[in-house]
Amino acid sequence: MDALRPYASAFAARFQLVLQYRAAALAGFVTQCWFGGVKVMIYAAFYANSAQAAAGAPMTLSQTITYTWLAQGLLALLPWTPDPDVVNDVRTGGVGYDRLRPVDAYALWFSRALAWMIARAIPRVALMFAFAFVFLPLVGLGDWAWKGPANATQGGLALVSTALGLALSAAMTMLLNILVVATMNGRGLQILVSPIIIVLSGNLLPLALFPDWAHTALLVQPFAGLFDIPCRIYSGALTGEMAACGIVLQVFWSLVLVGLGRLAMDRVMTRLVVQGG
Amino acid sequence: MNALFLLVRYAAASFKGQLSYPASTLMLAVGQFMANMIDIFAIWALFDRFGAVEGWRLGDIALFFGLVSVSFTFADFLSRGFDVFGTDFVRTGAFDRILLRPRSATLQLMGHDFRLSRFGRLMQGVVMIVIATVTLPLVWTPTHIALAIWTVAGGCALFFGLLVLQAVLAFWTVESLEVVNAVTYGGVQAAQFPLSLYPAWFRTFLIFVIPLGCVAYFPVLAILDKPDPLGAPDWLLPLTPAAGFVFLALSFVGWRIGVGKYTSTGS
Repeated sequence: MDALRPYASAFAARFQLVLQYRAAALAGFVTQCWFGGVKVMIYAAFYANSAQAAAGAPMTLSQTITYTWLAQGLLALLPWTPDPDVVNDVRTGGVGYDRLRPVDAYALWFSRALAWMIARAIPRVALMFAFAFVFLPLVGLGDWAWKGPANATQGGLALVSTALGLALSAAMTMLLNILVVATMNGRGLQILVSPIIIVLSGNLLPLALFPDWAHTALLVQPFAGLFDIPCRIYSGALTGEMAACGIVLQVFWSLVLVGLGRLAMDRVMTRLVVQGG
Repeated sequence: MNALFLLVRYAAASFKGQLSYPASTLMLAVGQFMANMIDIFAIWALFDRFGAVEGWRLGDIALFFGLVSVSFTFADFLSRGFDVFGTDFVRTGAFDRILLRPRSATLQLMGHDFRLSRFGRLMQGVVMIVIATVTLPLVWTPTHIALAIWTVAGGCALFFGLLVLQAVLAFWTVESLEVVNAVTYGGVQAAQFPLSLYPAWFRTFLIFVIPLGCVAYFPVLAILDKPDPLGAPDWLLPLTPAAGFVFLALSFVGWRIGVGKYTSTGS
């Protein structure tokens, strides 16, 4: 286990640091409640409009609503940007120190990115839980509330799937990190990648609500594993074999992206030139 | 005229600065365009699955969305100084310098920065209006065009007013509050859809508290030549964007109170 210690402590240090910024979580909270609320009302109107289409939809209204609140609460788990610490290290030349440490640089950065995402997500999702799970039913809007997992099995599977989603997200963050090291500036790519993540992770609209002919393609693309698969498993919209299939896809994409990231990092790091510092 | 001339000078300086990084500016604009354009996928998928809702079709939503996007773009373009007022002016004490200059604070804050990347959102609004025109189809008579311009003007006034209110809050909080984003960016989102889809309490909020419905829903009904399913009389529909200007006037009353109470954070 000693071999893992440096990565575990890098994780813990970053996690505790980022968790300090609770006010930042509060700032975006009202906006996220508003966005989630408007979406919920629109979904309710669409589902109420045609009983036939609603019955044929791959997700019930209640599942779609839970999905919407989770999407708002877990925004921080998506790989929007490279890790700001790495960006800063690249600018200041601090990346040279990471090369000197007797640890695996990929694993070190990976654990730090993981800690950064989880620590940002926890206060946000807790606030969203308080609002959508606890508060809404109390004020009589129980139909629009965030509901618990479909059953214990689905809940357990959703935990596994969430962990895999996190690994996938950290692997994507690593690709962005490596791009920053290679080009000194990943801003352009980041601007173009964000809309793709929003659509293909299910954040914009549950992937199951896109037309039926697109479902297979939407399930097998790597971004589905970030959010859509764990969330559909949680609400019971993805069960049995399909749930297993989703988890296998998550494992597959995590391995592919970690492999790609390691390969790219090796190449970039051997050519790395640190100027001054 | 002097004020307008000064504003043009501000704009020219700001454009010149941004155009010395043309690739960056273009990239930001493309990003803005794409980030706003993707919403049409969700709207299209919902209509594809559930069919028309209460008689509303994709084209109607595109028109709501397009006009409100264009309104917001203009407001956002003209009000950058108010948007960053708390962080960049109150907290740093830079507002003291603004007050010392022999020109109005409003003018200087409007001239603070004009971000060219906002053209990305403008393009998105225009594309939405084109989608509406083609799919409905919509015939643009001079009356319709005048009504659309009036709608955009009202919407721009409302969003400008909201950003001024955000700045007013900063006199007390010494920060630019992200809370206001709920009704600016979130307002654009809420105004994409016809009010009749919302429950009554939310409709009331969007008509009487923050009159987004008055600068999107009602006048767009007039452009679509539809009677209001909620029962507002036909003659009222084209008049409602005036509410945006009333809101703006009230915001400036708040602004005056805020400026009167302002004590420098020093520096």
